Amino acid sequence: MSTIAEKIFARASGNGEAEAGDIVMADIDIAMMHDLTGPLAVESFNKIGTEKVWDSSKIVIPFDHQVPADSLDSANNHILMRKFVKEQTIENFYDVKEGVCHQVLPEKGHVIPGTVIVGADSHTCTYGALGAFATGIGSTDMAMVLSTGQLWFKVPETIRFNVEGKLKENTSAKDVILNIIGQVGADGATYKSCEFAGETISEMNISDRMVLSNMAIEMGGKTGLIEPDGKTYDYLKDRVSGENRNRLKAFIEKSNLKSDLDSPSLEIMDIDVSELEPQIACPHNVDNVKPASELDVEIDQVFIGSCTNGRIEDLRDAARILKGNKIANELRMLVIPASKETYLKALDEGLIKIFVEAGALVSAPCCGPCLGGHTGLIGPDEVSLSTSNRNFKGRQGSPEGKVYLSSAKVAAQSAIEGRIAVPKEE
Amino acid sequence: MKGKVWKFGNDIDTDIILPGRYLIYTDEERLSEHCMEGLVSDFKSKVNAGDFILGGTNFGCGSSREHAPIAIKGCGISAVIAESFARIFYRNATNVGVPLLEAPGVSALIEDGEEIEVDMENGLIISESGKEIEFKKLPPFMLEILESGGLINYLKNQKNE
Ligand code: SF4
Repeated sequence: MSTIAEKIFARASGNGEAEAGDIVMADIDIAMMHDLTGPLAVESFNKIGTEKVWDSSKIVIPFDHQVPADSLDSANNHILMRKFVKEQTIENFYDVKEGVCHQVLPEKGHVIPGTVIVGADSHTCTYGALGAFATGIGSTDMAMVLSTGQLWFKVPETIRFNVEGKLKENTSAKDVILNIIGQVGADGATYKSCEFAGETISEMNISDRMVLSNMAIEMGGKTGLIEPDGKTYDYLKDRVSGENRNRLKAFIEKSNLKSDLDSPSLEIMDIDVSELEPQIACPHNVDNVKPASELDVEIDQVFIGSCTNGRIEDLRDAARILKGNKIANELRMLVIPASKETYLKALDEGLIKIFVEAGALVSAPCCGPCLGGHTGLIGPDEVSLSTSNRNFKGRQGSPEGKVYLSSAKVAAQSAIEGRIAVPKEE
Repeated sequence: MKGKVWKFGNDIDTDIILPGRYLIYTDEERLSEHCMEGLVSDFKSKVNAGDFILGGTNFGCGSSREHAPIAIKGCGISAVIAESFARIFYRNATNVGVPLLEAPGVSALIEDGEEIEVDMENGLIISESGKEIEFKKLPPFMLEILESGGLINYLKNQKNE
């Protein structure tokens, strides 16, 4: 009679059992920090005065937010972090070339079902797509993890979205999650573990599942969990090595990482997506969701990328629509593959050529304009259509700019038309 | 604690509290100069030490950046009062030593610019006109963290004891 979250904390706390509401001290399996949140965490770690991190093989540091360095300040941050990596002999360090943290960790086999992962980044919840309890924390909490390998948690209640129905051709996982967030609101799942289940989810590939888990935080969720299954195993099996290989096998074979539906801390919400139309989150809140067909909005910039929709599947979706077409005059389009692996696949498959010929700019893997800290900012009164996850005021540059969020399919069609547009059903 | 109220709406996210382009800084001084800048220009210079921020529901949603509560602290804000807080922000603010007071119903009762008093011990907010609004009292360990000026100092103090 437990949820996935309770089962994971039963193990991680060493108590053998855990119930929603319990406050537990849990062992951390993996801790992640990046070039932007890392410096503050290292500063706090140094203040505590512990000399060595708790386990240098369990810390993962990717550089992705400001890569390559775009200012002296970020160059200095990178230097500080590289020094930390050397001093502490951090084994898993991915310098500027590897890609966005939330894509790199699963790709490099750091995410094992049933483990507890914390990251100094709110979208750490993405790894729940592979069955890990993963959540974002701040730099001081991270400093405590770095020195002790533990952190306290309140075991969360669970809200399970039971998704049924076959998606239409012009929609995707992004439309499902935007629709859910629109229904429950930006604080509809605060403190809760979100679970995505049902036939639609079983049918989805890992990439689509990551889109759902990624955006659990946009409704306040602590994580976004999906039961690991054969697809999880297939995705990870060639990516993990050593001890993690055996752990992965064990988790899948026991196959008990499922929520018991009679758990007292579980609430179920049924979602039918068979009639779902392409969705857009309108400024300035992610829960301000409307069907794309109802909008009449001209755009200045399209961004395809980020840890939400910058994977190879998204690039394929976009390229299919853009092939042989040109983007609208006066529109700027940025395509940023989420990782080196994605970039190489896109090159192999000829997708990059399609984007460049259509008139897009293609950049090396990084967060890009997603958080408005690096490249591709929008100016006052400009409108961005973005496949990322947040449209808060000022998120991509000027507070007077506007950010709309959509799937890669809608973004590609809109780039051609110069305004928010619905792709045809194929 | 006594001070003036700076009132904001619902869903005040961390990009508003501190825009992403300033995450390159880690020091309180520089971060606080950009606090709330999308909504109030030069917020820091307008705030007096001890003032309060009053928010609606879901205050602090969005990114996990601890830079946001640090910026608030650097402005001299003595506490943030709101209908409800987002989860990561709640942990972060406590960890850096900014008290968060959760008081459902508060935004209808207190106006922007009002002078209020906060009684931490009894969990009461007292408005200019003398209205008393209750907030969820903080557990003793949290008060201790806040009094130490944050989790790091608290841990250090414990080490020394
Ligand atoms: S892509 Fe955007 S949301 Fe994802 S980690 Fe980077 S900045 Fe954060």
